[in-house]
Amino acid sequence: MNWPAIKAIYWHEMSRFFRTIWQSLASPVLSTVLYFVVFGAAIGGRIQSVEGVPYGAFIVPGLMMLTVLQQSVANASFGIFFPKFSGTIYEILVSPSGWFEVTLGFVGAAATKAIMIALVILLTSFWFNGVHIAHPFWMLAFLVLTAVSFALLGFIIGLWAKNFEQLQIVPLMVITPLVFLGGAFYSASMLPPFWEGVAKLNPVLYLISGFRWSFFGLADVPVGVSLVAVSVMLVACLAIIRLIFLTGWRLRE
Amino acid sequence: MAAILEVDHLSKRYGSGTSALNDVSLDINEGEIVALLGPNGAGKTTLISIICGLVVPTSGTVRVGGHDIRTDWRAARKMIGLVPQEIALEPFEKVIDCVRYTRGLYGLPPDEAYVEQLLRSLALWDKREARTRELSGGMKRRVLIAKALSHRPKVLFLDEPTAGVDVTLRREMWTVVRELRAQGVTIILTTHYLEEAEDMADRIGVINHGQLLLMRPKSELMGEFGKKRLVLDLYEPMATLPAELAERGLVLAPDGMSMIYDYDSHADRTGITRLMAELADKGVAVRDFATSQSSLEDIFMSLVEEDA
Repeated sequence: MNWPAIKAIYWHEMSRFFRTIWQSLASPVLSTVLYFVVFGAAIGGRIQSVEGVPYGAFIVPGLMMLTVLQQSVANASFGIFFPKFSGTIYEILVSPSGWFEVTLGFVGAAATKAIMIALVILLTSFWFNGVHIAHPFWMLAFLVLTAVSFALLGFIIGLWAKNFEQLQIVPLMVITPLVFLGGAFYSASMLPPFWEGVAKLNPVLYLISGFRWSFFGLADVPVGVSLVAVSVMLVACLAIIRLIFLTGWRLRE
Repeated sequence: MAAILEVDHLSKRYGSGTSALNDVSLDINEGEIVALLGPNGAGKTTLISIICGLVVPTSGTVRVGGHDIRTDWRAARKMIGLVPQEIALEPFEKVIDCVRYTRGLYGLPPDEAYVEQLLRSLALWDKREARTRELSGGMKRRVLIAKALSHRPKVLFLDEPTAGVDVTLRREMWTVVRELRAQGVTIILTTHYLEEAEDMADRIGVINHGQLLLMRPKSELMGEFGKKRLVLDLYEPMATLPAELAERGLVLAPDGMSMIYDYDSHADRTGITRLMAELADKGVAVRDFATSQSSLEDIFMSLVEEDA
């Protein structure tokens, strides 16, 4: 295992984040504050509680997941796309670094950034709502697993994308709708039975449900199923990335 | 001398059916400078890209320091440094961080003393804290060389190192290359500047249409393919060349003040003795004479035209 290469890529990516720390943090925190104001305070004032949890607090895990998913995908896809765009990818490809080491460096950094932003949002939410975390260990476990899985997905998008439009289209057209329809702002049990069944086809529902369980002990689907869902996604993404590197698709053409 | 790079029957055919490289075999010895010449699209960059791991070959093998680039790729790649044709640098990165980053990619721990020595040798130490976007084109190219040398490679590939670089900088670059060779680094460069190959290379390879047309020591190549030209300056202008002299291959210059004779210096008979006798018979008074060897450019053009 080429550990210095993993470290080099990881800190190279993190230094970009720290170079623009305020822009990196301000945008997601500002949008989350707006969500808290609009959904938590304005609309939430008219919804007393969801399954016994005040609505303002109920949406916190969903909002954190929304941010983690968007940030993981965006950071990882941009992280690998930019060297492709600028041509500097050549030095990674000619170096004695394998696919797993390269992936670990980029994905590790993307997931770290997403987790840091999610934690800042959690701190912000304490200011708006008195959020209680029932299972802190599982909260962190879900946070890390989700951030890594979606960073892997973002990495695949970055490897696939040939231009900036393609880089944007998957997060916009797929990830954001899945998060909004995955129960970020409501419980699936609030939907009519047919739509509840449809919602359960959405993989993001399992992540948000598991994550919400770690906060309140409430879940739309069993926690074990959520853990299996995120683990399956993680392994599937790793397998796809390995295939891309071994065949050289969009990398060594 | 031991071969540090062994290329054996290497071919690359793209999905579109284009054959970029066709059965190329060559050995490169440790410590030599080899120049690969060829017109655009000849296959030079494809050859370098395959050796460095950027392009997957269709068939054939490459060994660097005895390590196969596919089965023992980590060991092979550790021995190689690549300076690409295009200037590819992250614009917001500091010069020194760029070099540290590349060193890390090669699995090496930080070595600030070596990085300083490297940047100083490439006249980049004063610019170590500058962002790469603030540098001139020549400096950017030197940063690429510093990155390629950050892990002390045994073999350095320079793909068109002086393309688009002014004359002064080109000379600077040649000095850097010579210094590297003095340190024992094997250098393979592709170039359009034949003057560059003529000046620096120990051996010259010519590639065209994906095939290696030849690979010879420079002196041998220039001797074998080199034509010589004899120019005879006259005391008195000559209106027309006597038929006997024209039959011997002599040509009168347009101003009538000199005569030109092209010959093969390696031929059994160059014809110069008989030509001189003929000139004496005709009473042609020669004021001065000079001979010149054809340049690498002439040799290159004749090879490529033959292959066309």
